[in-house]
Amino acid sequence: MVAPVKESKPAFEDLEFFIDPSRCIGCQACVQACGECDTHRGTPMIHLDYVDRPTGVQTAPVVCMHCEDPTCAKVCPADAIKKEEHGVVLSAAHPRCVSCSNCTLACPFGVPKQQIEMQLMIKCDMCYDRTSVGKKPMCATVCPSEALYFGSREEISSKRKESPKNEFQFGAQTVRTKVNMMASAEAENIPIDVADFLPENDISAFAQKRNGAPDVANNAVWEDLERLPI
Amino acid sequence: MALLNLTESEYIDRYGPTPLYTPEGGWVSGEPDNLVKTHCCFCGVQCGIQLKVKENKVIGFEPWEEFPVNKGKLCPKGVKRYMQNEHPDRIKGPLLRSDAGFREASWDEALDKTVSEIKRVQQTYGKDAVAFLGGASMTNEKAYLNGKFARVALGTKNIDYNGRLCMVSAGAANKLAFGIDRCANPWEDIPKAKVLILAGTNIAECFPILTDYIWRARDNGAKIIVIDPRITPIARTADLYLPVRPGRDSALAHGILHVMIERGWIDAKFINQHTNGFNEVRELVKKYTPNYTEKITGVPAKSIISAAELWGPAETSMLLHARGIEHHTKGVENVLSYINLVLATGRIGKPGSGYGTITGQGNGQGGREHGQRCNQLPGGRDINNTEHRKYIANFWGVKESELPGEGLTACEIINSIEAGEIKALVSISFNPLVSIPDSERTRAALEKLEHFTAIDFFLSETARHADVILAGSLQEEDEGTVTTGEGRCVRLRNSVSPAGNARLDWHIIRDLAIRLGAGEYFNHKNAEDIFLELTAASAGGPIDYSGMSYDRIEREMGIFWPCPATDHPGTLRLFEKGKFAHPDGRAKFHAFPYRPPDEDVDRDFPIFFTSGRVVSQYLSGTQTRRIGSLVEQYPEPLCELHPLLAERLGITKGDIVRVSTRRGHIKVPVQIVQSIRPDTVFIPYHWPGKKAANRITNRALDPISKIPEFKVCACKVEKVN
Repeated sequence: MVAPVKESKPAFEDLEFFIDPSRCIGCQACVQACGECDTHRGTPMIHLDYVDRPTGVQTAPVVCMHCEDPTCAKVCPADAIKKEEHGVVLSAAHPRCVSCSNCTLACPFGVPKQQIEMQLMIKCDMCYDRTSVGKKPMCATVCPSEALYFGSREEISSKRKESPKNEFQFGAQTVRTKVNMMASAEAENIPIDVADFLPENDISAFAQKRNGAPDVANNAVWEDLERLPI
Repeated sequence: MALLNLTESEYIDRYGPTPLYTPEGGWVSGEPDNLVKTHCCFCGVQCGIQLKVKENKVIGFEPWEEFPVNKGKLCPKGVKRYMQNEHPDRIKGPLLRSDAGFREASWDEALDKTVSEIKRVQQTYGKDAVAFLGGASMTNEKAYLNGKFARVALGTKNIDYNGRLCMVSAGAANKLAFGIDRCANPWEDIPKAKVLILAGTNIAECFPILTDYIWRARDNGAKIIVIDPRITPIARTADLYLPVRPGRDSALAHGILHVMIERGWIDAKFINQHTNGFNEVRELVKKYTPNYTEKITGVPAKSIISAAELWGPAETSMLLHARGIEHHTKGVENVLSYINLVLATGRIGKPGSGYGTITGQGNGQGGREHGQRCNQLPGGRDINNTEHRKYIANFWGVKESELPGEGLTACEIINSIEAGEIKALVSISFNPLVSIPDSERTRAALEKLEHFTAIDFFLSETARHADVILAGSLQEEDEGTVTTGEGRCVRLRNSVSPAGNARLDWHIIRDLAIRLGAGEYFNHKNAEDIFLELTAASAGGPIDYSGMSYDRIEREMGIFWPCPATDHPGTLRLFEKGKFAHPDGRAKFHAFPYRPPDEDVDRDFPIFFTSGRVVSQYLSGTQTRRIGSLVEQYPEPLCELHPLLAERLGITKGDIVRVSTRRGHIKVPVQIVQSIRPDTVFIPYHWPGKKAANRITNRALDPISKIPEFKVCACKVEKVN
C-alpha cells in the first residue's frame, strides 16, 4: 500500500494561511502534529493557549505570522534569520544563531521560542518541507475545526463570513504579514460566565449579578491588538 | 481469589502506564516502506489516517486527505496514536499470575489454564457462572466472534460489552422511536441544517472532527443551540446556550415542545401520516410551561422560549446528542423526549434535516450490532425472538434449545460477581475498574473471582487482577471493519504484525474455542472469512450487511447499512419519505414525565457531580495514559468549579479539594472556571485508583438500557488543608 507519488506542485501557488481563533476548540492537534516533523521531531514550533481559562474556554493557536519585514530578523545581531523567496521567515540558521533571545523578546506576536538545550531559536517555518512541494502545512491539514486553514483567498471568502486581515498595529509599528487573521468587525471581548445564563433567582444563594451577555465569536484577543492606540 | 500481590508502584514499574515521549530506539525518520490507509483507533468518527510503516514498525502518520469524512483532519489522539506501537508497556506474550505478580508462560500453558478453569467453574456452578465482557473499540469481526464464542463455545448467557457504558440509551431509544438503531443522517447533512440542537454533547473534546461540520453549518447561517451544564468549546460560540441542571434533560425537552405546540410550530400532517403517540405527548407537555420548566431545569424561561422560537419554525434542522443526556437512570427517556422534538417538526429523513447520536467509542455503532450484547444476536436480531433464535441457531449449526437466552448487562455482571453468583470472567479490552461507577465495588467484585482471564495488549488496572493474561493485538496489528457513528462501515488495514509473541485477538478466541471443543465453529482463515460469515448472518435482519465486501467497502470508502445486496448502494440517510422501521412504518412518540435522578442533591451532599472526557484522553486511558505528549496536555484530573461556588466554600486557585459522595471520595486540584454551573462540579474520568472519578459516581442503572448514571449524583466539596 504505497501511496501514489503526487506530482509536486510549485510552492504556495495562490495558497495562503488563514487563522480564525473563533473556530479554535483548543484540542492541540496542531501542536501535536507540528512535533511530528522530521526536522524537529518531538519539539512543536507552534503554541496554543487558553486566553484566560478562568473566564472561558477561548483558545488561540499561534503560528508564525511570517511578517513582510520581520521584526525578529531586524533585531538579530547575527543576521541568522532569513526570509526565503516565497516570504517564509525561517528558523535561525544554526551556524549563525548566538541564542541571544532578541528575536523571542521582539516578536510582536510572541512566536519564536528559544530552545535552550539546542542553543537555537526555532519557530514555525510554515512546514517549508511540505509547502515547498505543494502540500499543506501539517497544522492546517489536521486542524479539526479549520481554525488553521490553508487554501486560496477565493476559497475562504466563498466559505466564511469573516474576512482576512494581515495588517496589525503595535504601538507605532505597523506589521504586515503573509499569514492572515480572520476577523469579524462586530466581535467584542466579553468574558463568558454560566451565571449570565441562569435565571436571576436561581443562584440567590450566591447573590451576584453581572452585566453583559456571553458572546459568541470571541476573536477579540486579536482585535485588541489592532485597536491599540498608535 | 484475585487479590493484587504487588503494590501499585510495582505494577506501574513493570507494566506501566509509562508515558512514552520518544519511541524506544529513538525517532525513525525518512521514507517509510509502506503508507497504510486505515483508520484511527479511537472515537466513532474513525478518521482516515495513513500509518507510516518501516521494518514492521509504525513510525508515524501522514494525513489521508482523500478520505471524505475527515479529509486529513485529526485530533491530538489521532496524531499520537501510533506511539502505542513499540511501547515498553506492551504485553508481548501470555502471563500467568504468580507470587511475584506475573510470570511469562507459553501459549499452551496459558490457554490450557484458562480453559481448565472455565470448565471447572462451569461444572461446579453451571454454564452461566462464566461471564464474557467485550468491547466497542474492537472490529465488527471481533464483536461478532465474541458473541458467537460466548454462546457456542462457552455456552453462557452472560456476555455483554463496554458499550453498555456508552451507547445503549441512545440505541434503545432509537429502536423504540424509529424501530432501528442507527444515526438517521450522514454527517454531511449537518452543514445543510439551518438550526442545530447539540444536547449533552461535548463534540469539540469527544468527537473533535465533527466540529468542522458544525462550523460549516454556522458559516452557512445556521443557529446553534447548545444544552449542557458546562460551556464546552463547542458551546462558546453558540447562538443560544441552555445551562441545564444535571439530571433535568427530559423536562427541558418537554418545555421546548410545550412552546412549539402552543405557537403551532409542529407539522400536523407529518405527525398524522407518519407517527403514533403524539396525543399522549401533547397531554404530557401541557404542564411544562416555560416557568414550570425553568424551576426544574435551571434554564431561564426566556431561553426555553428562545429555543422553541429557533427550533420550531426552522426550515431544516439536525438534533445531535451524546452521553450528556444518555448517562442517566432515565437515559432512554431523555433521548425519547428529544426525539419528540424532531418528530413533532417532521424534519427527518431529508438532506439537512434529521437526527443523530454521537458515538463515544471507535466501533460504538458496529460493536453493538453483531451479537456482542446480552440480548442480541447477529444482524441486530433479538435473542428473545423465537424466529430470530432459530435463524441464527440454524446458521451456526447449533440447536435453538442450546442457544443461551438473555443474560446480564455489563454492570449487572459486575454486581453478580460481587454477589458471588458469577465466578469466572473472560474479558477483552475492557477496563471496568476505571470505567464503571462505584469503582471500590468493582474492585471488591474482581477480588471475589475464582478465575479471571484478560485478553489485552496493555495491562490495564483491571487486568492486574487477572489469573491469566492473553497478549492480544493492537488495532494496527489486525484488519477488519468498523462502523462509524454515521453508520458507515469502513475498512481497517493491517499495518504490522503483533508484537513479540502476542496474537491476534480472534486467534486467541479461536484457540480457546478449540480447547473448549467448539473448534469447528471457529475455523476462519482470516478476518475476511469472519466478515463474510457476519454479513451472511445479518442477511434479512434489522441490521443487514449482506451486500458488503472488503473490496466494495475499500473502493467506496465505506458503505452505510442497511446494504442488503451486492448491487445495493447502501443507505446514506434513513427514514426518507417518512418511512420508519416499525412494522407499521410509523415513528413513535413517547410520553415520559420528568423524574428526578436516582440521587439528587440534599443538605448533606448539596452539589451536583458530573463527569466526562478531555480531548487528550480516551475512555479509561489504558491507551492514552501511555502516550507522553497526551499525558502532558492534561496530566491529572482537575475539579472544575465556578468562582461563586469556590468563594462560598473558601476555595482559591491552587487548592486541593476532597469531593465526596455516599460511595467515597477523591482529592484533586481545583480549576476555578466560569464555564460551569455554580451548583455543579465536574471531574473527568480517565484515571484509576485514588484519582478515579468513578470512585464517587453512582451505579444506579436505567431500567431499559441498563446504562449507569455517570452524569449526575450528589456530592460535597471541601478544601483539603
